[in-house]
Amino acid sequence: MNLTLKIWRQKNKNDKGRLETYQVSNISPDSSFLEMLDVLNEQLINEGKEPVAFDHDCREGICGMCSLYINGEAHGPDRGVTTCQLHMRKFKDGDTIYIEPWRSAAFPVIKDLVVDRSAFDRIMAAGGFVSVNTSGNTQDANNIPIPKDDADKAFDAATCIGCGACVATCKNGSAMLFVSAKVSQFALLPQGKVEATRRVHNMVKQMDEEGFGNCSNTGACEVECPKGISLENIARMNREYLKASIISEDEE
Amino acid sequence: MALTGLFLVVFLLEHLYGNLLLLKPDGGAAFNEYSHNMTSNVFIRIVEILLFLGILAHVVNALRLTIENKKARPVKYAVNKPAANSSWFSRNMGLTGSIILVFIVIHLSDYFFEYRVEGLDGDETIYGEVIESFKNLWYVIIYIVAFIFLGFHLNHAIQSAFQTLGINHPKYNPIIKKTGAALAFIITIGFTFIPLYIYFTMH
Amino acid sequence: MSTLDSKIPEGPIKDKWTNHKNNIRLVNPANKRLIDVIVVGTGLAGGSAAASLAELGYNVKAFCFQDSPRRAHSIAAQGGINAAKNYQNDGDSIYRLFYDTVKGGDYRSREANVYRLAEVSGNIIDQCVAQGVPFAREYGGLLDNRSFGGVQVSRTFYAKGQTGQQLLLGAYSAMSRQIGKGRIKMYDRHEMLELVIVDGKARGIIARNLITGEIERHSAHAVVLASGGYGNVFFLSTNAMGSNATAAWRAHKKGAYFANPCFTQIHPTCIPRSGEHQSKLTLMSESLRNDGRIWVPKKKEDVLAIREGKKKPTDIPEEDRDYYLERRYPAFGNLVPRDVASRAAKERCDAGYGVNATGEAVFLDFSSAIMRYGREKANMLGEHNASEERIKELGKEVIEAKYGNLFQMYQKITDDNPYETPMMIYPAVHYTMGGLWVDYNLMTTIPGLYAAGECNFSDHGANRLGASALMQGLADGYFVLPYTIGDYLADDIRTGPIPTDTPEFDEAEKSVKERLNKFINNNGKHSVDYYHRQLGNIMWNYVGMARNAEGLKKAISDIRALRDEYHKNVRVPGSADEFNPELEKATRVADFLELGELMAVDALNRNESCGGHFREEYQTEDGEALRDDKNYAYVAAWEWTGDPSEEKLHKEELKFEYIELKTRSYK
Repeated sequence: MNLTLKIWRQKNKNDKGRLETYQVSNISPDSSFLEMLDVLNEQLINEGKEPVAFDHDCREGICGMCSLYINGEAHGPDRGVTTCQLHMRKFKDGDTIYIEPWRSAAFPVIKDLVVDRSAFDRIMAAGGFVSVNTSGNTQDANNIPIPKDDADKAFDAATCIGCGACVATCKNGSAMLFVSAKVSQFALLPQGKVEATRRVHNMVKQMDEEGFGNCSNTGACEVECPKGISLENIARMNREYLKASIISEDEE
Repeated sequence: MALTGLFLVVFLLEHLYGNLLLLKPDGGAAFNEYSHNMTSNVFIRIVEILLFLGILAHVVNALRLTIENKKARPVKYAVNKPAANSSWFSRNMGLTGSIILVFIVIHLSDYFFEYRVEGLDGDETIYGEVIESFKNLWYVIIYIVAFIFLGFHLNHAIQSAFQTLGINHPKYNPIIKKTGAALAFIITIGFTFIPLYIYFTMH
Repeated sequence: MSTLDSKIPEGPIKDKWTNHKNNIRLVNPANKRLIDVIVVGTGLAGGSAAASLAELGYNVKAFCFQDSPRRAHSIAAQGGINAAKNYQNDGDSIYRLFYDTVKGGDYRSREANVYRLAEVSGNIIDQCVAQGVPFAREYGGLLDNRSFGGVQVSRTFYAKGQTGQQLLLGAYSAMSRQIGKGRIKMYDRHEMLELVIVDGKARGIIARNLITGEIERHSAHAVVLASGGYGNVFFLSTNAMGSNATAAWRAHKKGAYFANPCFTQIHPTCIPRSGEHQSKLTLMSESLRNDGRIWVPKKKEDVLAIREGKKKPTDIPEEDRDYYLERRYPAFGNLVPRDVASRAAKERCDAGYGVNATGEAVFLDFSSAIMRYGREKANMLGEHNASEERIKELGKEVIEAKYGNLFQMYQKITDDNPYETPMMIYPAVHYTMGGLWVDYNLMTTIPGLYAAGECNFSDHGANRLGASALMQGLADGYFVLPYTIGDYLADDIRTGPIPTDTPEFDEAEKSVKERLNKFINNNGKHSVDYYHRQLGNIMWNYVGMARNAEGLKKAISDIRALRDEYHKNVRVPGSADEFNPELEKATRVADFLELGELMAVDALNRNESCGGHFREEYQTEDGEALRDDKNYAYVAAWEWTGDPSEEKLHKEELKFEYIELKTRSYK
C-alpha cells in the first residue's frame, strides 16, 4: 500500500505545531497502524530527519498508552480496538490519513502526537482507591459474598485502560466515562461502598479542576471506547454524586 | 440542566393542554377562560415566576457549560468525524436551544407582553389574537420550524436528563428512551397541528 | 570462587519466614519518616512495594518510564494468579503449591524462597479483594477458580482474561492513595540510567526526565529495582515495546550479581510474525491447546503451495498432515509442557515445514474439536440425524462460548477466521526467570539494593509455571520486601538525608551524560531498531529454544561484533535535552547488547538441559531435557568485571531438603 500521511508535528508544548505531509510506500496490509508509523520513522531517520513521536507500549491493546486521532476518530475507524490493534487493511491503497494527537485542554501536547494524561492520575489520587492498608491481615477473601452480577459489572467497569479516547472524542472534552468507570467499579463492590460518598465527591472535584468539559450525553465516548465501557457507568456516577451531595454532612 | 429541563417539559405539556383548547369549537370561550385563569390565579403567578427563573437558569447554565466546554478543547481537530459516533442533534443542543430561545422571545413579545403588560383593547380576546396570528403564513412557518427544533431538542433532552439524574437501568433504559421520544413527538405534533389547522381551516 | 550467602533462616521450612519476621529489626514509625526509599518500576512488584512502603511511613520516590504507573507491562498478563487457598477443597495446600513450583522450575530454585511464596499467596487474594479487585465469582458470591497447566488442583484466581490488568490496577489504586497523601512522590516518564553507590551502599539513582531530557539526581537510603524482565533482548517478544533491562543491567555493572541469565521462557502459542516490519508478538492463551490440534503438512510441496496461497490448509487431506506432537508424544499429545511444544514447533519449521511466508508458523486446528463438540451438542438437543453443516454450526457455538474473545483477537490481528481455517501460531519469548541475584531478604549483592518481581531471579528456577508471575510480583511487593527492608534500614535512622552534591553523584551523572552525548553525536548510518533486530535474530537462532555449544560460541562472537558496529554506526536523531524516544531506545539496546552476550555465556556454561534452557547436547534418546544435578544444581551468579565474556561466576549451591530431585517426564 502507498499512503499519504498528514501528521501533526509540534516540537514541544510551547511550539505552535502544524500538519505535515509524508509519503510511505510498500506498507503491508497485515501490519498494524503503529508498525506503519515505525516504517515512516525508519525512513525519516535514514533521511536524517526527526522521527514522529507517538506514545505506545504493550501493542496488544491493554496498557492504554497509545492514542492518536486518525481520520477524525479516536483510535481510528475500527471499533473496539486501540490504535495498536488497528491494522492497515482497514485502509485503502492511495488513502490520505490524518493523524492528530488527543485534543483537550487537560491533555497538553508534549511533542508531536504525544500528550500528557497525568490529569487522569491526579483524579485517581483524589479518590480512585479503597482505603485499606496492604497488611495482608484483612479478612479472608471469601468472607463477604458478592453477587456475581455485581462482580461482573464491577469488572466490566474496571477494564478501562485509561487511554483517554473518551475525552478525545467527546465534543466537550469530558472525562466522565473514565471517572465514572472507576467510581462504578468501587460503588458496585461492598469493599468500595464504605467510602463511596467521599470518593465520588473528591474524584469529580478533581476532574473539574483539571479543565475537562461537561457531559452532554451525546454517547460518543461509549462508541469510541476501545474497551466498550458503558454509559451506564456515567448514570451510576451521577446517581452516586447526587446521593453524595444530598446526604453528605461535609461542608463541601 | 436536567432539572430545569424536565420542569420546562412539564410546563410544555401544560401549555399544550391550554393550546388544544383553541381547537374546541366554542368560539374560544374555553381558551379565553383558561387564559384568564392563568393570569388571575395566585398559584399560577408563582409558578410563572418559577417558570421564568427556570428558563433563565436553563439558559444561563447552558451558556456556562458551553463556555466551559469550548475551553476544554482550545485546539480543534483538523479532521473530525463526530457523525461516526453520535447524532447531530445530541451534539447541537446549544444551537437548537438558541433557536428555541429566539422563538420564545418572539412568542412572549407577541402574547405575554401584549396581554399582560399592555393589556388588551376592549373588544380583543386572546383567542382572537391567536387566530389572527395563525392566519399569517410566515408566523406559522416560524412557529412550526421552532417546534420541530424543539422536538429534536427534547428527543435528546429527556433521556439525557434521566441519564444525568442517574435514573438508569438496563431493563428500563429502552422505555425511558422511547417515552422521551414519544413525549417529544407528542409535544411537537400537538403544537404544530394547531397553527396548521387554524391556517388551513380559518384562512 | 566465593560462596554466596543466601541468608536463609534456620529452622524447619514452614517456620522459617515466621521466625525470620519475628527476629528481624524494625524501624519505628517516627524514624521511618526520616528514611527515603526509591522504587524503580511500577508493575505488580514495584507498585505494591511502593504502596506498602509508603503506608508503613517511608518516604517513597517511585519511577516509571511510562506516562502513568498504571501502564506497566504486568497489565498484559492474562490467565490468573495462583494461591493455595484450597477453596475448591481439592487437596491444595501451601506444601503442594511449593512442591509444584519447585518441580515446575525443574529443581533450579531456592526451596526457602518458594515456600515463603506459597505461604503468603493466600494473603495476596485477601488483600486484592479488600482493595476492590473484581475477581471472577460464582453465583453463590464466592470466588471462582480455574486450573492451570502443570498442576492437579484448581488454585488459579482470575478476572476473565485480564487478571494482570485488574491486579495492577489494584496496586496502582493503592499507590494512588499514597500519592494523594504525598507519601509517594511519583516520577512518571522518568528512566533510571545509573545506580549511585556511596560507601559501598546503594544510595540513589540518576534518572532522565523523558519529557525534558533533564538528568536528575535522586538519593535514598535504599533502592528497590522492580523493573521487570529482559525478554526484549530478543527484539520480538510478548513484552511491551518499552520493557528493558537497563535498571537491572546498570546495577549489575555496579556490582550486583546477575543470576541464571540464560533461563528464558518461550511460550508456544503466539501469533506468528507477519512480515519484516513486525514490532512485537501477541500471546494466545495456552488454554487453546486443550481443543486445538497442532500440525504441519507432511509433504514439502504442500508447504510451498500453502505459502504461495495456491492451497488452503483445509485442502490438505488428513493423511497428508503431520500432527507432530501427537506423533512424538502419544501420551500427552498437544498438551505437552510449554518448552516441549515450543521446541517441537521449531524443529518442524527448521526442517522447512513452516506454513506461512516467513516459514515460522504451524497450524493450531480446531476443526476436529468443532465437530466433536457439535456432535455432543446435537445429541444433547436430541438431533441424532443432524447434518454435517448443522453439527459444525453447533460446534462453532461451543467453541465460541469457550474461546470467543481469543478468536476475535486473532481475527483482528490476522484477518483470518479461525472458525473456518486453522490458526497459525509460533513460539515467542515471554518471560525471563533469570535476573538479579537476591538473598532471602530480596537484597542483591549491593547492600541497600533490592530486586523484586521478574527483575530478580528468585522463585521460578529454570521454568515458570502459569499464573505464578503475578503471585511472585505481589508477594515480593506487598508481603516480603516491606518486612525485610526494615532490617537493613534500621541502621539508617540517624543517617539523615543523603546529599546529592557528592563526588559519587557527580561521577554517576557525568557518566550518564557522556553516554547520552556519545549517541547523539555519533552521526552513524543506521537506526537503533536496525541493530536491535539483528541482535534479536542472533539471540533467537542461537540462544533461543534449543542451544548448543557451537551456536552459543558463534552467538558470543556475533554479538560482540554487532556491539562494536552498533557503537560505531548507530544513528540517534534529535538532542539529549528533549523528548527523544530514539535516544531512550539507544541506551536500552546498548545494554541488551551486553546482556545478550552474558546470556550466551551462561547458557554455554550450563552443560545440562533444564526447564527453559535446552542444550541439544544434553538430551535423552527421545529428545527430553537431561538435567545434571550432580554438577549443575546451583544458581549461576555472574559478577561484572568489565566485559560480558569475562564475568566471574559465583555458585550458590541449591540444597533440596524437602523435595526429592526427580526427572520430569511427560511421556
